[in-house]
Amino acid sequence: MSSKGVPLFPEAASSFATNVDNLYLFIIAVSVFFGVAVIIAMVAFGIIFKQKKPGEVGERIEGNLALELLWSIIPTIISMVMFGWGAQAFFEMRVPPAETMTVYAVGKQWMWKFQHPEGAREINELHVPLGKAVKVLITSEDVLHSLYFPSFRTKMDAIPGRYSQLWFEATKTGTYHIFCTEYCGTNHSGMIGSVVVMEPQEYQAWLAGGSVGGTLAERGEKLFSELACSTCHMDNGQGRGPSLANIVGATAELADGTTVVRDENYLRESIINSQAKIVKGYQPLMPAFQGLINEENLVALVEYVKTKSPAARPTQAPAAAPAAPTATTDGMQTPAATGGKN
Amino acid sequence: MLDTLKLPDHHYLNDGHGLKSWLLTKDHKRIAMMYLISISVMFALGGFFAAGVRLELMTPQGDLFLADTYNKFFTMHGVVMVFFFLIPSTPAVLGNFLIPPMVGAKDLAFPRINLLSLYIFWLGAAFFFYALFSGGVDTGWTFYTPFSSFSSNTNVVPTALGVFISGFSSILTGLNFIVTIHRMRAPGLTWFKLPLFVWAHYATSLIQVLGTPVVAITIIMVFVERAFGFGIFDPVRGGDPVLFQHLFWFYSHPAVYIMIVPALGVMSELISTFTRKTIFGYSFVAFSSLAIAVFGFIVWAHHMFVAGISPYSALVFSFLSFSVAIPSAVKVFNWTATLWKGSISFEAPMLYAYGFMGLFLVGGLTGLFLATLGTDIHLHDTYFVVAHFHYIMVGGAIMGYIGGIHFWWPKMTGRMYSEFGARMSAILVFVGFNLTFFPQFILGYMGMPRRYHAYPDEFQVLNILSSAGAGVLGIGYILPVIYLTYSLTRGKAAGPNPWGASGLEWQTQSPPVTANFTEPPVVPAEPYEYTPHVAREANLV
Repeated sequence: MSSKGVPLFPEAASSFATNVDNLYLFIIAVSVFFGVAVIIAMVAFGIIFKQKKPGEVGERIEGNLALELLWSIIPTIISMVMFGWGAQAFFEMRVPPAETMTVYAVGKQWMWKFQHPEGAREINELHVPLGKAVKVLITSEDVLHSLYFPSFRTKMDAIPGRYSQLWFEATKTGTYHIFCTEYCGTNHSGMIGSVVVMEPQEYQAWLAGGSVGGTLAERGEKLFSELACSTCHMDNGQGRGPSLANIVGATAELADGTTVVRDENYLRESIINSQAKIVKGYQPLMPAFQGLINEENLVALVEYVKTKSPAARPTQAPAAAPAAPTATTDGMQTPAATGGKN
Repeated sequence: MLDTLKLPDHHYLNDGHGLKSWLLTKDHKRIAMMYLISISVMFALGGFFAAGVRLELMTPQGDLFLADTYNKFFTMHGVVMVFFFLIPSTPAVLGNFLIPPMVGAKDLAFPRINLLSLYIFWLGAAFFFYALFSGGVDTGWTFYTPFSSFSSNTNVVPTALGVFISGFSSILTGLNFIVTIHRMRAPGLTWFKLPLFVWAHYATSLIQVLGTPVVAITIIMVFVERAFGFGIFDPVRGGDPVLFQHLFWFYSHPAVYIMIVPALGVMSELISTFTRKTIFGYSFVAFSSLAIAVFGFIVWAHHMFVAGISPYSALVFSFLSFSVAIPSAVKVFNWTATLWKGSISFEAPMLYAYGFMGLFLVGGLTGLFLATLGTDIHLHDTYFVVAHFHYIMVGGAIMGYIGGIHFWWPKMTGRMYSEFGARMSAILVFVGFNLTFFPQFILGYMGMPRRYHAYPDEFQVLNILSSAGAGVLGIGYILPVIYLTYSLTRGKAAGPNPWGASGLEWQTQSPPVTANFTEPPVVPAEPYEYTPHVAREANLV
């Protein structure tokens, strides 16, 4: 692997970056071919068919069906190659592998806050291990933001009220830019940071040094009792709310007869806007926590609830995980799932 | 020969004097001229804001303006240029002036509504100026929620109302064109004898009439949310912030075609005239305008590939976006083929046409990178996008508009401008434009996000190139103001048809009388007839 890469390209530091670069170069090649062909024709015709004497007119040529078909069909075929390759590269970016480690990102005017499940928290800096698939669950505390890693060739908007996600596997150690690419007000261009790709053992050492105050799940567990969640959501199923054991990634039947896969977005919504989806057999008793809990604490709670479903946490129990809970619904949080319900 | 020509004694410009004769006119030509002055003022204002943006970006630090000021500059640049210059530009000025004579009519179908559209435009602009002088607005021209609905504390409401109001002017213009083209064609002027300029405006008018109400509704929703606290887009109040983007782009993507399709129509006229032959594949060029108008309505979510939409819907919208690329490519190929066996000369309008072709080509081809999902994820909201849409909207729409102004200026004013000055301007605009915007493609792939007040050092060299280019481009735009204004009093009389063009508008005197024609125009047997034989017959009649 050459360390220099293509001049004027940012470092290609993720598993899919080279594919994106190659696709980009392919489209450049096609564009240059057609662009140059048309420009040569324009210039050459302009010279060859320059008006010789005043009053001269051009030859009346109405058109040519074969040519019209040719220059409609050939670009269509070539653009379908672009479409297909683009779709392949896109799904590679959008569907994370079964085994990932999760990091939570919260955008707010004007900083990025990252939380690792092991407890480390950082602002405008994200440490990740080399060669490991990292899934970032992203949300916003205020307006839209967009989390952009140019060297990984990927980005995803941070949308208030829901989780969106991206994933990457870093392939080169180093420090690379993080930008906010959705305009978010005064200090939009100051909402930048860096992602630090480290050797896995260095990363472990870094994590150990940064995890003050316990893991994310431990913080979540504390909140779970502080907010009195535990009084209703009892693990033995005897509480007024459903037991939260082994629910993540599983399908639940709701009071209105529909079913839902319980992923992170579902958990988030059920805390913030608890009346939106009531599990069949339970009363809508839970208060809505909208405005009462911030995104960072929400993330901790979600992470804690996830620890109650060990089978669905592939990073903890790889053997028992046929599919990551959101592997097929990546980034697909539809408006209906989070908004417009109350 | 030209020296012996004199301006006609009676024409629309001297048919009535004084301000009142202009402000109460029903003449489409006078209304077009008032639009020309109005949008030129707006273009200068938008250019002023662009100059501020480019000056700030010469250094990586945000050292010229405060961040808030910079954000207002790029926002007002976008709002002015899109809503108060580009959308009205070619239709309201050239379309307004030329569609009636091109179809052999005395005026548009609804002259009073035409005047009303101008007043509505002024009213919309007045709201914008109110917003400007009370401190401006900083949401970006896209007004994305929830930033625009609860976070920004600038003049969002007056700006949005200005855009809302000016939208009605656009709807009325479109409506007038549709009815005029259907109902007021001269006897014998069938659809497939219409100039492609008219076809392009017909397609544009359909978009204006069908699309503009959607953005009007969207703006009202933002207004209701901001003013009365309804939860439409704000998630805290149960709204969906992404819904705004769907509604906004449902109009604003087709709006790109409101800007570019009329310019494509101008191009067909220029190329036909300066090659002295008919457009190759007339019906393909005509229908490609309609195809662009139709497909343009079903590609909006390609602005939202990273906005958390379903990857499957992204797949569909990527596919559909390529469907818009094909009719655009067909047009370029047909124009190029038109040059074949032409009798080509390079007066200033043709230089603009050549410039347009080069820039539209780059703009269209770079759209492929953004329609392709795999590359769009990286390029979205970077300078690549900024460069791409400027190639379409400035390199395409404005080149077409200014080329058209140069082409029809003799018809509109009866006088010729400095050919040397005009050629200089065409060349400066082409060079300056490329110097400004080509480096931005590279910046975009390097990862520089748009709407950044300050940026990392490694982007500086390309930004300096871009700012230098903007200076050249500015000179290229100022030149025509000088020589065109000068020509109004000192220019040589043009005569009815200085270019030897074929359209009906060239059969009447320059400038035309108020009723456009003193005698009924002769409808040719075919569009764009340049055979010496027919030219002679036309003279006999």
